[in-house]
Amino acid sequence: MASPSIGEAGLTGQWRTRRPVVNHDECVAAKAGRPVCMQCWLYCPEAVIKKSVPIEIDLEYCKGCGICMEVCRSGAIEMVPETDDKDTE
Amino acid sequence: MAVAETQDTQIITGNQAMALAAKLCRVQVVAAYPITPQSQVTETLSEYVESKRLDAQYVNVESEHSAMSVCIGAATVGARAFTATSANGLAYMCEPLHWAAGARLPIVMGCVNRAMAAPWSVLNDQQDSMSQRDAGWIQIFARNNQEILDCAIQAFRIAQAVCVPVMVCYDGYILSHTVMPVDVPSQEAVDAFVPSYVPHTILDPADPKNLNQVTLANPRENERGVLCHGYMEHRYLLEEALEQALGVIEEVDREYAAAFGRSCGGLLWTYLADNAEIVLMAAGSLASEASVAVDELRKAGVRAGVVAIRSYRPFPKQALVNALAGAQCVLVFDKSLSYGNEGPICADLKAALYGTNTQPVVQGFIAGLGGRDVKARELVDVINRNLKEGIEPRPTQWVNCQI
Amino acid sequence: MLPGNRTCAGCGLSIAYRHILKALDGRAIMTIPASCLTVLGGMYPVSSVEVPVMNCTFPSTAATASGIVAGLKALGKEGITVVAMAGDGGTVDIGIQALSGAAERDTDLLYICYDNEAYMNTGVQRSSATPKGVRTATTPVQGKQTYKKDMPAIMEAHYLRYIATASPAFPEDLYDKVCKARTVVGTRYIHIHAPCPPGWFFPTKETVNVGRLAVETGAFPLYEIDHGTFRLTGRSKTLAARGELKPLHEYLTVQGRFKNVPRETLDELQQHVTERWQHYLERDKAGA
Repeated sequence: MASPSIGEAGLTGQWRTRRPVVNHDECVAAKAGRPVCMQCWLYCPEAVIKKSVPIEIDLEYCKGCGICMEVCRSGAIEMVPETDDKDTE
Repeated sequence: MAVAETQDTQIITGNQAMALAAKLCRVQVVAAYPITPQSQVTETLSEYVESKRLDAQYVNVESEHSAMSVCIGAATVGARAFTATSANGLAYMCEPLHWAAGARLPIVMGCVNRAMAAPWSVLNDQQDSMSQRDAGWIQIFARNNQEILDCAIQAFRIAQAVCVPVMVCYDGYILSHTVMPVDVPSQEAVDAFVPSYVPHTILDPADPKNLNQVTLANPRENERGVLCHGYMEHRYLLEEALEQALGVIEEVDREYAAAFGRSCGGLLWTYLADNAEIVLMAAGSLASEASVAVDELRKAGVRAGVVAIRSYRPFPKQALVNALAGAQCVLVFDKSLSYGNEGPICADLKAALYGTNTQPVVQGFIAGLGGRDVKARELVDVINRNLKEGIEPRPTQWVNCQI
Repeated sequence: MLPGNRTCAGCGLSIAYRHILKALDGRAIMTIPASCLTVLGGMYPVSSVEVPVMNCTFPSTAATASGIVAGLKALGKEGITVVAMAGDGGTVDIGIQALSGAAERDTDLLYICYDNEAYMNTGVQRSSATPKGVRTATTPVQGKQTYKKDMPAIMEAHYLRYIATASPAFPEDLYDKVCKARTVVGTRYIHIHAPCPPGWFFPTKETVNVGRLAVETGAFPLYEIDHGTFRLTGRSKTLAARGELKPLHEYLTVQGRFKNVPRETLDELQQHVTERWQHYLERDKAGA
């Protein structure tokens, strides 16, 4: 019998080879100042995107799949290569 | 035909006795799939449910694998679950049998012992339940219809006490379809004897838990940093429960005797065993037959007795060491065979006696496969033949096998 | 569903599961057999889902769920949706017997099949839901020679009150269907397409695009059969009303698993999809 907890598989952010970077100047929600669009939140398989304004991505657990970039309506998300020295902010 | 709920002696078949016991124990979920010679158990229960004499959910499943799976699901949410099967049906539910034991669910099942195919046989032997002896279920053998009822009622208590599923085994046709007088206790008396079921695992949306997950080889920490069991520890606990069950089986039988005036013998049923030099051993109805043989042998001056296996799993090692202390030889009649080795009761007995001071000669026999009738007369002849030739360890002998 | 679980990056099942759990609104008990979903659920003693889960044997998802339904009923506990959720292998192959039995008994449960079109959890072996032509670990050279089994059609033969197809590429449609299914009594069946990056050989970022193409080319139309009324839904509905299907090869070429499929098979697949789409258009028009 097990209880729920975040991070069952550990810090899955460490799986990444690419990391999402959000340009809030292009983000529809950030520009509108309201939680609109939110396609990234809708489609994130890991549920690591918070439906806040501005959006927040939990990089401790983001696996770097890149779906958010693909579904973003304004091209505000870019996947950049992970560097060797990890700073998870 | 369903029996009336009186407190009298009723003349009923073994299957009816099993169904009646399940009804008296107020089973809440019945999974039903037909197989000869078990079908009358679930048929009788369907009559009880449809005539509203038993308040239970009756699930007509589409296979035995599903029958046991339904029981597992029901038991996990806290309902008392029951099913019955035989032979190939038991084999078909082999996977969930292991699951039920590993998941520590107090399911009770009637196993109407029948020969395994191939070739097809609907008649009796014990290969089916013996083939599942490693799954982790408690296996109790009933010698007659009264014991079927008594063992089944006790089974619900035993199962809940140790959180291990219990299989009540009885011989197909010999008991399942034969009518015998059975004293039926009152509903009140059974209610007092069998407590209601409080599950140890709860599936509750308010406090979500994940049950029976993939469990790693080594212990692993939970989200609060507490080290939890690995697979091996879980299995150790199951074995520990089965060993505890030895005491529980005896205790429940004693309390049953106090409440209802009848004992099944606890772990072993014995007949004239105290001063017996020659002990006959069997499980189920064959043990009753053996007692008839013993009477005849005694008349001829042979100090014979019966030590019958009631609890086959857990195997009553210490009880056997004690019961056989004075025996010169034990003649074990298995109605099944662990192919490539020997009869399972015989092999288990030898292992139980190893290294102890109880060292009778153990001679194994295979009898009654596929419904081959085993008469007391044949047992007597076989024993006399062995006595004449001198009792010494010999390869397994087959009783009345016509090759 | 909690982050930091063991699913692959870009998992289509993950997207679907998030929205299913939202639609179930915390009042559900799930049975899950051996599958990718078991792994998502986590290894003992940590769970990654905030819903009670009972893991069960591979063939028995619907039977175990039937046991839960019977048990809850016997105990007088109401208001809980029992959900049996299995992959394609656990539904269309090894689980079909238990599912058919539960459906025939009109057991009050919601059965969800998430279809990643192969035995993904064990390494991409073919199932009877694998489409024709696909290369898998057990059809590595010639590709699967037979058509994908139409499971919703099989479920229709059980006279269920609610059957639907859905896709994580269209989450609102999926969410609505689960919500609707919750309100129906008896056995409900939802078949969800679950694009799988490692198993279908496409980059992890393409999951939603691949899922959309599946619907837009007619390879996986969205529909529901609600108390006997057939209707296309969501994107499939708008395609039926306004547009035409995109050519199937647009969906096939973005997946490595369809590479090297011979021309004749590709044509056959297109024809198969076109014919089936026609059939659905007619049913949608007739509402039956």
